[in-house]
Amino acid sequence: MIAYIMCFILFLVGLYGVITRRNLVKIAVSMSIMEISTFLFFALVGYIDGGVAPIVDPADPVKTYVDPLPQALVLTAIVIGLATTSMLMAIIIRLYRKYGTFDIREIKNLKG
Amino acid sequence: MKGMTLIVKKTTQLIAGMIFMYGIYVIVHGHLTPGGGFAGGVIIAGSLILVTLAYGGEFLKLVKEEAGTTIIESMATIMIIMIATAGFLFGTKIFFNNFLPKGVVGQLVSAGVLPLYNIFVGTEVAASIFIIFLSLIIFKEESPQ
Amino acid sequence: MILGALYAIHAKDLLSSVIACGIVGYSLVICFLLLKAPDLAIVQIVVDTITLIIMVAVVLDSSREESYSKLDTHGYISAVTGILMIVILLYFFAISIQSLDVLGKSTLRMANYYIEGAAQKTGSANLVTGVVFDFRGYDTMGEAVVLVTAVLGVLTILRLKGKK
Repeated sequence: MIAYIMCFILFLVGLYGVITRRNLVKIAVSMSIMEISTFLFFALVGYIDGGVAPIVDPADPVKTYVDPLPQALVLTAIVIGLATTSMLMAIIIRLYRKYGTFDIREIKNLKG
Repeated sequence: MKGMTLIVKKTTQLIAGMIFMYGIYVIVHGHLTPGGGFAGGVIIAGSLILVTLAYGGEFLKLVKEEAGTTIIESMATIMIIMIATAGFLFGTKIFFNNFLPKGVVGQLVSAGVLPLYNIFVGTEVAASIFIIFLSLIIFKEESPQ
Repeated sequence: MILGALYAIHAKDLLSSVIACGIVGYSLVICFLLLKAPDLAIVQIVVDTITLIIMVAVVLDSSREESYSKLDTHGYISAVTGILMIVILLYFFAISIQSLDVLGKSTLRMANYYIEGAAQKTGSANLVTGVVFDFRGYDTMGEAVVLVTAVLGVLTILRLKGKK
């Protein structure tokens, strides 16, 4: 039970960063932290006590395995997370070339 | 981007090929050992990124003209789309039908069409991640500082 | 992990903030290994390295200093809104954690089906690969489409010569 609470605290830290920071790179870092907490939560749901990694050994088939379904979901989500982070970085560097700053307040005031 | 010193270049010559072969091994054995298309594709993209970082943009003839780079990017993207569609519509009349014989669990040639899916997905992931990295580099080189 | 995340948000230098985000990602690898998920560990350790490379490339290309942030005039409204959101999230968390199982005693109905039937039905020794490409094939196809769309978006944003 304590693991779920730690995972939730990690999510809250990411949310705090998104709300309070004004730097665009800091906001991207906070969003990746929220992603990481979600991955950890899915891996926690699929864990079974005393289980082994879900790879069948034909010689010794009687074992308990960890649930493979959340791992499959997280496997696709990690690669998508890389792609979205790259796209976020592309937008950020484009904004920096246009306005010359990372601060969202100054970008909002420029109206260019 | 100018590339790094001689030591880094020689070490990259030794290591990058092995990383590439390890990525191919992870993809091909994806249905037997941990790994698979996603992990192997990312490893292959990592080896290509290592070569690009060590030797710089001029070595790969990336930044000649703007028209040339645009054509290369477009061709690579079209190739990704074709691989994605061809890989996932590969089945017969029913999508994702596992129509090949299953084989024995635990051997290299087994599990029907799953290794083919692994290979296609690995190629697609490697190509897309490397294109993202290349577009960042090209943008940095061509922009007036 | 939580300490690394807190330092990543509160660091003055942007480069150290990005590297602290890398610390969080690498400790996630250790958590995956402890939770018996080697596939995820392999993917995460490479993806985190590439994310770190891209972020460092962006940060080194531009200014590293974070602008001095102080509380603005709308500070009270922001604080009240934040506390309200945290209270709402805590409420939903308290509801949802009662319906979850204790850690290590997962009793999902689909889990037994996948674990027992996957090896015989797909012929794949790696159960994760069997689930990804056989039972959840449409999910993987959607993931490929999302990846291609992200690449197209990056190419469109970073293109220099566009329509004026």
